[in-house]
Amino acid sequence: MKSGAKILFESLAKEGVDTIFGYPGGSVLPIYDELYDSDIRHILVRHEQAAVHAADGYARASGKVGVCLATSGPGACNLVTGIATAYMDSTPVIAITGQVPTSLLGRDAFQESDITGITLPITKHNYLVPRTEELGRIIHEAFYIAGSGRQGPVLVDLPKDVTTGTADYDMESDSLVSLRGYQPTLQGHRLMIEKAIQRIAVADRPLIYAGGGVISSGGSEDLVRFAEKWNIPVTTTLMGLGAIPCDHPLSLGMLGMHGTEYANYAVTECDLLIAVGVRFDDRVTGKVEAFAPNADIIHIDIDPAEIGKNKRVDIPIVGDVKIVLRQMLHEDNHESVPRQWNERIEQWKRDFPTSYPDDGKLRPQFIVKELSDILDGRGIIVTEVGQNQMWAAQHFCFRRPRQWISSGGLGTMGYGFPAAIGAAVACPGEPVFDIAGDGSFQMNIQELATVAQYNIPVKIAVLNNQYLGMVRQWQELFYERRYSYTELTPVDFVKVAEAYGVPGLRVDRPEDVRPAFEAALAADGPFVLDFRIEREENVMPMVPAGAAINEMILGERK
Amino acid sequence: MKPHTLSILVENKPGVLSRVAGLFTRRGYNIESLAVGTSEEPDMSRITVVSIGDDEAIEQIKKQLNKLIEVVKVTDLTYVDHVAREIALIKVQAEPGSTRAEVMQLADHFRARIVDVGKKTVILEVTGDTSKINALESLLDQYGIKELVRTGKIAMPRGSRAGAPKSR
Repeated sequence: MKSGAKILFESLAKEGVDTIFGYPGGSVLPIYDELYDSDIRHILVRHEQAAVHAADGYARASGKVGVCLATSGPGACNLVTGIATAYMDSTPVIAITGQVPTSLLGRDAFQESDITGITLPITKHNYLVPRTEELGRIIHEAFYIAGSGRQGPVLVDLPKDVTTGTADYDMESDSLVSLRGYQPTLQGHRLMIEKAIQRIAVADRPLIYAGGGVISSGGSEDLVRFAEKWNIPVTTTLMGLGAIPCDHPLSLGMLGMHGTEYANYAVTECDLLIAVGVRFDDRVTGKVEAFAPNADIIHIDIDPAEIGKNKRVDIPIVGDVKIVLRQMLHEDNHESVPRQWNERIEQWKRDFPTSYPDDGKLRPQFIVKELSDILDGRGIIVTEVGQNQMWAAQHFCFRRPRQWISSGGLGTMGYGFPAAIGAAVACPGEPVFDIAGDGSFQMNIQELATVAQYNIPVKIAVLNNQYLGMVRQWQELFYERRYSYTELTPVDFVKVAEAYGVPGLRVDRPEDVRPAFEAALAADGPFVLDFRIEREENVMPMVPAGAAINEMILGERK
Repeated sequence: MKPHTLSILVENKPGVLSRVAGLFTRRGYNIESLAVGTSEEPDMSRITVVSIGDDEAIEQIKKQLNKLIEVVKVTDLTYVDHVAREIALIKVQAEPGSTRAEVMQLADHFRARIVDVGKKTVILEVTGDTSKINALESLLDQYGIKELVRTGKIAMPRGSRAGAPKSR
């Protein structure tokens, strides 16, 4: 017989968990007591929201399942934003929460909240563990559900008496997962694959539209091979950055609201759109009827519910992106063909580069480009949400999957810094940068204490414009410059960092950018860079919400 | 927009009903009727849901239902030959005398049973498809319906087929 807490850690160990991000409290005391003797590393964050974002960043950087731990009531509730973030971006996260003892459930006991009820719509699945006997099996089920099929967060709520109670745990039998109602389809349907290949073979203007599903399935190499074999240009979503190297001749960069001009023109004019691991998000499609209006659509996705959800699909292929791409590579024996279409796209790329004024002012795009040059393919870039995120997406050259980590679907401000902590813990030795805005950074700035305590080498590059920049941009463009509550008071982030024991540098001039990045990289721990950028810089190009994606507002050219 | 009848086989675990029902409300679809009970398998329940929507919207609902871990099978009976029934208990104002006689005669025509007789009221139990119950209800309205409770629709495909195709 073992205690529930003991069973928890044995089952976590069996699942290969090496790190947990968490915050203790009354209901999880038995778990923390067991953790004291465990080999599992625990990172004490300063706010539960950071624990779940860190677990999410860990998962995205490593491809493994991330784990976070919080106490009942307020602890569990503080996870909600992070769980919703993971759900929208299909990230495998296990959130373990404490709960009041089963005898007090439903009595509004101290620090009680119905967290399974609260997280019902934002988890792939969740559990309230009723008895110690079921704990081991449920943990293994949770990992299986989180990490398979369309990945996502799973919450496991543990009443205090379940963790203190005792039961037998048999690793062999408890880890055998069998779920009647959950059997993800991995292989693509043969007939559909044949049909898709026949269609591709006769396409004049084919285009691949690749997303986060390519990254999470590990299918990036197969995607590039597939694109090369057929000589098809590839545009990626925000979540798909890194699925094809940005400097690959077939890469068109990102599409959508802040996509490249040439990617958006290509989507509008293509006659065949091969959508791979994407979900036709409104930030991508703009006005959905005007998205790829002349194209047949092939859609490959592991989640059948995504097929035809937002846009009618001609050839649906349900399956794991990597497996389906391999099937398709195996099936066809065509040679790549030169096309006028590809030449046309090349011309667009030359005519409409994504550029910004080069006038000696400290421009955020320049800062991102400098970092991209310095890292030259190394490192992991995590971002906050807003202009900083879009400048990073547009101007950093991502060469491999899992090099880019950002909150796409939910657009969670405050995500980047804790997610960067998770990425740095998952990938020791990799330089990890959080490209931040001053607004977003202040949403989880308390985590400076965490990086200081464990000397986690996250480098924070604050693009400081003293505005909620993206909202201000919308106010400028669509609300006659009425900057309603988007101006922020100036913050000296170097001083803030120092207060937490983290070194930092303030940068005001373009020529100081490179030395500042080099100083940050040379520091063996965390580092804060406070870039005082042009205050009213905008993210361009931009498709106004609800417009067709070829109807862009363009920025100034060089 | 038309009513669709979905028969959903689920694992009998706590919270399943709120997962299923929540999926409809979250996506802005109205549940017209909902009935839950045990099934032929001891650890499985069957939920029958009637929801109104166009085929595309219902298709999305079915796909989302299939994603729920505890949902084993979703069958859309809308385009399948099936038997559908519900039960209603109707308490009608029926004073002894001619009114009560009229009500009892009506009940007879609808093959409804009188299951309770009070001083001023009777309770009718009626089984049938939705339109039959609606018809009786509107006829009884003139006497004064004091209280009414309906089970919601339950449904089953005809013949030997165990389930029905997932799409029409």
